[in-house]
Amino acid sequence: MTDVLLDIRDLHVAYRVYGGELKVLNGVNFKVAFAEKVGLVGETGCGKTTTMKALLRILPRTARIPKGQILIHGGDVLKMNRGEIADLRGRGLSMIFQDPTSALNPVFTIGQQLYDVIRYSRGDQVADKREVALRALQDARLPDPERMLDSYPVQLSGGMRQRVCIAFAVATARDLLIADEPTTNLDVTIQDQVLRLIRELVEQKGSSLILITHSLGLVRETTDRVYVMYAGNMVEMASTEELFEQPLHPYTQGLLASVPRLTGGGFAEGIPGRIPDYKDPPTGCRFHPRCPHAFEPCAKAMPPFFDQGNGHQVACYLYQEKSEGGTNV
Amino acid sequence: MSDSGTDGQVLVARKLVKHFPVNRSSILKREWVVVKAVDGIDFSVTRGECFGLVGESGSGKSTTAYMIVGMYSPTSGELEFRGEDIARPAVQRPMHLKKEIQIIFQDPGSSLNPRRSIADILEMPLRLHSRPKQGKSVERQIIDLLDQVELPAAYRFKSPSTIGGGERQMVAIARALATDPSFIILDEPTSALDVSVQGKIINMLMRLQKEFDLTFLFITHDLSLMRNVATRIAIMYLGKIAEIAPAAEFFESPLHPYTQMLLSSIPVLTKAEMAAKPDKIHSIGEIPSPVNVPPGCNFNTRCPLAQERCFSDDPAMREISPGHFARCHFV
Repeated sequence: MTDVLLDIRDLHVAYRVYGGELKVLNGVNFKVAFAEKVGLVGETGCGKTTTMKALLRILPRTARIPKGQILIHGGDVLKMNRGEIADLRGRGLSMIFQDPTSALNPVFTIGQQLYDVIRYSRGDQVADKREVALRALQDARLPDPERMLDSYPVQLSGGMRQRVCIAFAVATARDLLIADEPTTNLDVTIQDQVLRLIRELVEQKGSSLILITHSLGLVRETTDRVYVMYAGNMVEMASTEELFEQPLHPYTQGLLASVPRLTGGGFAEGIPGRIPDYKDPPTGCRFHPRCPHAFEPCAKAMPPFFDQGNGHQVACYLYQEKSEGGTNV
Repeated sequence: MSDSGTDGQVLVARKLVKHFPVNRSSILKREWVVVKAVDGIDFSVTRGECFGLVGESGSGKSTTAYMIVGMYSPTSGELEFRGEDIARPAVQRPMHLKKEIQIIFQDPGSSLNPRRSIADILEMPLRLHSRPKQGKSVERQIIDLLDQVELPAAYRFKSPSTIGGGERQMVAIARALATDPSFIILDEPTSALDVSVQGKIINMLMRLQKEFDLTFLFITHDLSLMRNVATRIAIMYLGKIAEIAPAAEFFESPLHPYTQMLLSSIPVLTKAEMAAKPDKIHSIGEIPSPVNVPPGCNFNTRCPLAQERCFSDDPAMREISPGHFARCHFV
């Protein structure tokens, strides 16, 4: 990849809790190129949202970042001061959250909230804020945008609210749009509409997209490249097509086998065990206590990414021999 | 215990209706509106099957389930369980019927009392329904129940908050089994769980169904999951059933345009699945409010095939091929 927009290197994040520390992120490496659509898949509690919160610098106060770099346009987000961060958020990246109901303020109209977004991103004097706001709502295919500006969030349905959040996000985002489980609370037909909208807007604006989800099907239909995350580590990265054709990591394989298929034929028992305790995570590969193929080296050290050709990388010792030595990409 | 009705039908609903009056009064005017949650549905569930009830949120599937367990009483219509009328409030329902029909809710985090141990949670239904003891102590029965859902006996001392989401749902299943029911309603039992846990729960439910000769009413919005577990599927839309068919036929030749829209919206993983989906129908619009149900066919606001007739006449449910019913003018 030559045109790298975002480059997260060896990111560690820990949360202070009563009686210890939750070592949630354990050396995350993650890259996004310009105008690329990247998927980030993993189950509840694997650190997907923590990674993105670190990127936007919205981690709670109990979080600590012992190690790592987050480079965007070559500058390290973790070293920026408040002004630079605000600038970055206003002009560069924005995020769509899972729950549109709690992302919107219930006591202000959509218009008032949207004007704030526009003002922060374009400076205080925007004479045509109403036109800009209307255009943003139209872009998000919201019916009757004039009326929408004067509506309160409670007056809208879940799908509409999520579209309003998308309008907020794309009104400012130029470089990168982060969609964190944007459709988890929505019905399947609405999910289809919302994702189509995100895809169209991102392509139209030429921005990059990070789609965070636990639904493998959504990733397959939306993204170019996929990262699979487990317990604070990236375990596999490949082009979307390749990952679904030929998953390599035992966790990815287990995950794919657990998804019920539309063609029927039953499905696997799932993956035995559960996500580790972050206070005292297993040594070595964090997946090894649940892994059906675990062998000696797995408990000793976390495997680096092994290159399997075609940009397919997998963090598993099973593939060590087939590659030319481990590379920390 | 004898099955009545024809063809071993354990549960029959005829023209079942549930309307909720809602107060929308303001200072200026008094106004009551009616939410038509369930608006006249007919279906029957045969003994030993897994009947899937699918629909978007607001389609009335949970309301239907709650009427069957007795949490709501229907506004009108008939609801029979093994020939006995159950269309009345739960307090008037005889004990033996309460015991027979159990429900498992979506979120085990809120359906299990966090202040009680798992033993307490399982003990309550055992005592209430005073099962024939077979010389077993209550403790022994609790251990047996936990064993049925593949949890170690020591779990009885734990509290629900200390175990994982999947394990909590297994406790909820054990609690439903405690009364020795014959009919279990599964109200989105895995939609709050991760896929790697879902497989285990579903496979366990299917095993229990065979072992205890259970009949399931499985409510979900996940059609891919339905494909793997259901014997027959009904699609609900805005309080009415749009289509009912045997599972294989439902996926191979969906008739109702809403079913086709739903199926074509599902994100899938493989090319084989892509081929199994109907041609892409881009979904448009949203489910209208059940307060203002459109006249004519209730799907007319989103239907790609809608014509003049659909805005005036409500289509009747017709049997298109044996066991396959659809409610559309154009099938």
